[in-house]
Amino acid sequence: MRNIWTIAKRELKAYFISPIAYVLIFMIMLTLSIFFFIDIYYAVNTQGYIPDIKRTLELLVFPLFFLAIPAITMRTMAEENRMGTIELLLTAPVRDWELVIGKWLGSVLFFMIIIAITLIYPLVLNPMISPGVDIGLLASGYLGIILLMFAMCAIGVFISTLFSNLIAALIVSLIVILVLWIVGVPGQLLTNSLGSFLSFLSFSDHYYNTFLTGILDLKDVVFYLTFTAMGLFFGTISVEVKRWK
Amino acid sequence: MIQVSELTKDFGTRRAVDSITFGAKKGEILGFLGPNGAGKTTTMRILSGYMPPTSGSVKIGGYDVIENSLEVRRLVGYLPETIPLYPDMTVFEYLKFMADLRQLKNADDRVDEVLEMVQMTDRAEGYIGNISKGMRQRVGLAQALLHKPEVLILDEPTIGLDPAQIIEVRKLIQQVGKQHTVLLSTHILSEAQQICNRVLIINKGHIVAEDTPEHLQARLTGSQKVLLKIKGNIDELVPVIKKVPGIRSVSSVAGGDTLEFETTPNQEARPGVARAVINAGFDLLDLHPESISLEEIFLQLTRDEPPTPDSKASDSGSADNLH
Repeated sequence: MRNIWTIAKRELKAYFISPIAYVLIFMIMLTLSIFFFIDIYYAVNTQGYIPDIKRTLELLVFPLFFLAIPAITMRTMAEENRMGTIELLLTAPVRDWELVIGKWLGSVLFFMIIIAITLIYPLVLNPMISPGVDIGLLASGYLGIILLMFAMCAIGVFISTLFSNLIAALIVSLIVILVLWIVGVPGQLLTNSLGSFLSFLSFSDHYYNTFLTGILDLKDVVFYLTFTAMGLFFGTISVEVKRWK
Repeated sequence: MIQVSELTKDFGTRRAVDSITFGAKKGEILGFLGPNGAGKTTTMRILSGYMPPTSGSVKIGGYDVIENSLEVRRLVGYLPETIPLYPDMTVFEYLKFMADLRQLKNADDRVDEVLEMVQMTDRAEGYIGNISKGMRQRVGLAQALLHKPEVLILDEPTIGLDPAQIIEVRKLIQQVGKQHTVLLSTHILSEAQQICNRVLIINKGHIVAEDTPEHLQARLTGSQKVLLKIKGNIDELVPVIKKVPGIRSVSSVAGGDTLEFETTPNQEARPGVARAVINAGFDLLDLHPESISLEEIFLQLTRDEPPTPDSKASDSGSADNLH
């Protein structure tokens, strides 16, 4: 167990040594701030328009996290493969699943920091509107983002184990998450059982239709947690299989 | 401590290690000698728990490398040939990270200790991305020593070091070797000669020879080669020497005043030669036996191709004689 934390800690420190962390945080905050500002400006100049924290959350999920998560997770395992340091990690008394979960936890913690920073928006918005920001919506919205982020990070880490080329890991992660994102669209077009199955898989629907509307449904929580577990499980298998080759 | 039995490793259709068997006792320093591609690194990677064997059994400290991989990895300190390190960490941070992964108590103090052992204390705060190859080597070695492993597996530990550092590292290995088992691979034959108790020569996935450096030399030299140096015209001496009983051949060595003669096996011809030289009226300056170097043994053993069905099996017989 301690090994997971050791690896996660080192992962987090590594993000902040490289410029990538700062660039990402800056870009995310810049984008959110601009839209937040526009929202409030529009509200000030328009009768009857109340700014909503939903806009911030929507934007954070897509495209910001959608792009940022693969950008961070691409290096978690692929970099170790590329640099050869995987040989150190696999000859240390660390279990394969400890390694994968540690890497995942490191990226999760990074995005938790970003999520925490975005809390500034509801904080600022709260006194500006009456009767204040909807706390229920806020809570479910953020819980949904966190769970979504868990799943996307797990998928990103798993795909990272498959490559030693960072760009390849990035592109494949983007494609996979994109597919999961929009798989609901053909799902809606098809009216048969395949259609409803595909709709059910949609990463976006499970967030937009529920968490973002203030609905906290157990099935959505399980949905994201299942994908998280699957990503971590396949990541572990992938590391083990690479040993046997 | 190390027990390897019929270890085989295939990478797809390529057989990198072919049914090798060897062992090492506690406190032994075992050397792996072999040309590139012989299977040394593959064998070490299997012993260190990085990859599993295709077949055969490997036990370290009694633990099987597949079934008890974690225990094996706890017992082993491993320095890979590529010396993988994290360039974005400082030397101290990296060693602390590895110490934490091994769950060492008083990690900070232990890191200071190993830094002292490899003489990197003053460079502890430097980023690994900025240090020289020799320093990377030492950091890698420090990492392998952190948890005071029972077994040290070092893949080419002195490559890239300057002569002074090489001496230090060899001293360190010999010191550590007193209480622990060390398996090291090297291209430098004199190194194997100097620090190893026993040497395994590997070629194309097979163990071609296994013995102490001294025995290997003895086994391969059936006859003794002796160097003779005199004052005067050495060519006149050649027919005189040839007449001495027990001489198999005489040849002159570049330099003009040195002869090399070979005796038939188990013949001590030196007294006869010395008398012959004096009686012929020459001044005898030097007369000493030349030992066949490990280099020659290495080349002899690894140069031979295994006999194919339609080619003559000429001097591949010399390799077979050792088993």
